[in-house]
Amino acid sequence: MGEPCAVIGVGQTEYRTKRTDVSIAGLVREAALRALEDAGLTFKDIDAVVIGKAPDLFEGVMMPEAYLADALGARGKPMIRVHTAGSVGGSTALVAASLVQAGVHDRVLVVAWEKQSESNATWALSTHPPLSPTIVVGAGGYFAPHIRAYMRRTGAPDHIGTLVAVKDRQNALKNPYAHLRIPGISREMVESTPMLWEPIRYLETCPSSDGAAAMVLASESAARRAPNPPAWVHGTAMRSEPIFFAGRDTVSPQAGKDCAADVYRQAGITDPRRELDCAEVYVPFSWYEPMWLENLGFCGEGEGWKLTESGATGLDGDIPWNASGGVLSSNPIGASGLIRFAEAALQVRGLAGEHQVEGARRALGHAYGGGAQFYAMWVVGSDRP
Amino acid sequence: MSRDVAVVAFAQTKHTGEDAGLTEVELLAPVITEIKQATGLNRFGFTCSGSLDYLAGAPFSFVSALDTVGAWPPISESHVEMDGAWALYEAWARLRHGDVDTALVYGFGKSTQGSLRELMTLQLDPYYLAPLGPDQVSLAALQARAFLDAGHKEDDLRAVAARSRAAGRANPYALDLPDPADEGYEVAPLRPHDCAPITDGAAAVVLAAGDRARELSERPAWIRGIDHRIEAHSLGARDLSRSESAALAAERAGARDVEVAELHAQFSHEELMLREAIGLADGVRVNPSGGPLAANPVMATGLIRIGEAASWIHRGEARRTLGHAASGPCLQHNLVCVLEA
Amino acid sequence: MPSEPSDRSEPLVAEHVLEFPGGYTRSVGPVIGRFLTELRDGRLVGVRTASGGVLFPPAEYDADGEAVTDEYVEVGPGGTVTSWSWVSRPRATHPLDRPFAWALIRPDGADTALLHALDVGTFEPGADPPRSLRTGMRVRPSFRAERTGSIRDIACFRPDVTMITAPSRAEYRLNAGRALTRFLDGVSEGRLLGHRCDVCGKVYVPMRGLCPVDGVPTTEEVEVADTGTVTTFAVNNIPDPRAPQVPFVSAYILLDGSDISLLALVAGIDADRVRMGMRVKAAWKPREEWGRTMENIRWFEPTGEPDVPFDAIKEYL
Repeated sequence: MGEPCAVIGVGQTEYRTKRTDVSIAGLVREAALRALEDAGLTFKDIDAVVIGKAPDLFEGVMMPEAYLADALGARGKPMIRVHTAGSVGGSTALVAASLVQAGVHDRVLVVAWEKQSESNATWALSTHPPLSPTIVVGAGGYFAPHIRAYMRRTGAPDHIGTLVAVKDRQNALKNPYAHLRIPGISREMVESTPMLWEPIRYLETCPSSDGAAAMVLASESAARRAPNPPAWVHGTAMRSEPIFFAGRDTVSPQAGKDCAADVYRQAGITDPRRELDCAEVYVPFSWYEPMWLENLGFCGEGEGWKLTESGATGLDGDIPWNASGGVLSSNPIGASGLIRFAEAALQVRGLAGEHQVEGARRALGHAYGGGAQFYAMWVVGSDRP
Repeated sequence: MSRDVAVVAFAQTKHTGEDAGLTEVELLAPVITEIKQATGLNRFGFTCSGSLDYLAGAPFSFVSALDTVGAWPPISESHVEMDGAWALYEAWARLRHGDVDTALVYGFGKSTQGSLRELMTLQLDPYYLAPLGPDQVSLAALQARAFLDAGHKEDDLRAVAARSRAAGRANPYALDLPDPADEGYEVAPLRPHDCAPITDGAAAVVLAAGDRARELSERPAWIRGIDHRIEAHSLGARDLSRSESAALAAERAGARDVEVAELHAQFSHEELMLREAIGLADGVRVNPSGGPLAANPVMATGLIRIGEAASWIHRGEARRTLGHAASGPCLQHNLVCVLEA
Repeated sequence: MPSEPSDRSEPLVAEHVLEFPGGYTRSVGPVIGRFLTELRDGRLVGVRTASGGVLFPPAEYDADGEAVTDEYVEVGPGGTVTSWSWVSRPRATHPLDRPFAWALIRPDGADTALLHALDVGTFEPGADPPRSLRTGMRVRPSFRAERTGSIRDIACFRPDVTMITAPSRAEYRLNAGRALTRFLDGVSEGRLLGHRCDVCGKVYVPMRGLCPVDGVPTTEEVEVADTGTVTTFAVNNIPDPRAPQVPFVSAYILLDGSDISLLALVAGIDADRVRMGMRVKAAWKPREEWGRTMENIRWFEPTGEPDVPFDAIKEYL
């Protein structure tokens, strides 16, 4: 793991369908300046900038680190652009952490964003070369068959997805940055929305958001001088596997299991449900909560839906998942993973506000992308490891 | 934590100036196979790549590229939407953590499929620059003009092109391009031979740390310094006649006393500007491979510079060399890697 | 509508125009004169009132009838809409000939507002007011190029620029590459080809020329059947031009002889009757329509064979 690394600043924008009040630079600066303020720093104090976002097609700005260098105070500094599909927000945080862990820098600013309103995510994601031998479907069409396979494999009843859709939106009501804030959200409301890609209903999917999130990551000496409590990095891991191969388990991919095992090993965790206090997990379709509960080892195989049904993952449960409202409530795609990592850090810093999990000291941040093939995770804690 | 990290192997395609009928994945696969065979490694502690969706004309070009690696069981892997040289930088930092010893780095791109000159417009400021539609060559020419105005001659540019093309003809991986002819300007003051050719290709590098590097290579090319710096995007806010960020990166990387330098100069004047910025002495051999003016597989070109610089050490023909990579309009972003036997 | 009684004579009407030839000649006085002169130069000015406010457009007196001072103050050009109405069918006298808003606009630095036309874009006659039109919106005057010193020197007001459109088009000539070309050549002859990996023995259809698990090149060609089994599927309720109707089914189909499922459409059966384990067969287009494209197969249809048990397909999910 290298040198110690800590989160000393977190900044988020308000997530909305359209942030037409700002330019791209304005959006990323909003998050970056809030993170710097939290860390008691200015751009001048930053050694390097790492940025991440999903495909450039979303905004039509190619390799945007070039244009954003000035806006993020990067002139004369190293700047890196990460892109690993939906997991990119998490990977971007890990690349930034890696620079601190490698002893290269003391203070790294990491920013991820998406301004989806500048085009149309479905267009950007379904753009595919001619001659393709398979049909190309959007994210919902891609993931729905895997959810169906999960339901068949475990015998999960139909309403489990609804429970997650309600729980995460109730949490979002406690998060001032959240995009979808639906007062009175209920099972009836979710069940009254249309099936888009059966078995996925409209309110079981994530919104399209504009937004950015940022963190300041610091070496131990820099963390000691930070005005607010740090979140120490206890473990980091990335894993990838091919998107299509014979015998692939698309319901609970091996790369996710391996990534979790790696990050738990570094953090000294053997029983994540008991040893972690909360988790921010990339759940873009409600059914992915029970699926990831199993994949990430919070319960045995086939038991995920029972854990969800028991209420254990609620804000007042024994292992709250997505206290922030999660991806189901805010989804600026390229930033969504970084938001998970940042919310995990906020929890263990005790700075999560109204959605604070009481006494949280260790938390998991998780992101995945591509055809559920790219994973990025970290465990953060209140104590220096 | 600070471990010595070395380039232990390098492989590249025989680059082509026309579409050879292969996909990006088909270009890359033999290079990965070759470097696995060269090192005897089938698994790596970390893998990182650089590629560009806009070259492929579709999002997620790195997804199918992963098929070439054999990512099973799952691997620790990441990707930058930048030249492979920055993937190498990320892998170098990762190896310094101490828990993994080897890294596979690759970059690939097929520029022949689209219009590279115009595609590069898409990386400009989306409010004030991109809507005007300035292409890559036009902006490079703007910088060339500033450089010439600062006391250089067009003949100096031609000399760079002539030397690069001659060296490229001697390099089996580069294109066969004729000596510069008397031809008109592409965009004045740049002539066609001052501009890197449209090229398809791929490259891979294996990094290893400490003793692992000594096991894998008779003569590892140790990374003694590596640094990269970006400067302002707005051309009007920069002194275009010099490369401030290349000078800073070179200083940080300790770019002194090198015998060979491979520079990511896509236009003749860039080589001369970079020589000045990096502070290369007159005796330094610059771009003996022919450099980007003889083969420019975008997203691999910078990585190839580091691979070529390392090869001099692998062959025992130099003790200290330098690889450079650039990104952004008019050398906005520069990376310098100093290698040593 | 009832018809007019036929025993009534036609009403007697005549055209009439009341128009003073050449238009009235109005003297504007010092205050309005100053305003229009400044306007002709492209500037907006108000006048300071005795109570310290800025009256715009200026008059000799304020709303309370108090005389104004002789201090002129440049205001705007930006301003805020304080109220508006929406004209969906403009009249001939209106400053714009397409739907627009009348708006009260208070320029920055002024305490009172001016009425003018507000152009918020192009709409069909009769259109409802656009959602962007609202009190509080920021606007600026659009001055005519040729100005004479008239309130119409401002052609209209327009919203501040909040959005630009950025057309972006990149053209490519994409080469299918070696493996896919071979596969599609097969499809053009009605054959589905794959490769068997030397290392793991698995059959990949379509072939990619390499095995993603072993990372080795593959060359051994295998032809597989155009029949297979649905492993899992989605029922899509969002229209798609490739699908015959909504809802339609996109399914992973494990072709007989292949070790990897292929995402394709399933039709010829109601969406709610599609099952995991259902046997299907390719529905080819008529042979004369075939090309080097997977579109030769329109979709897959049920064969009517018994379903494959779940245990037999669960390794392919």
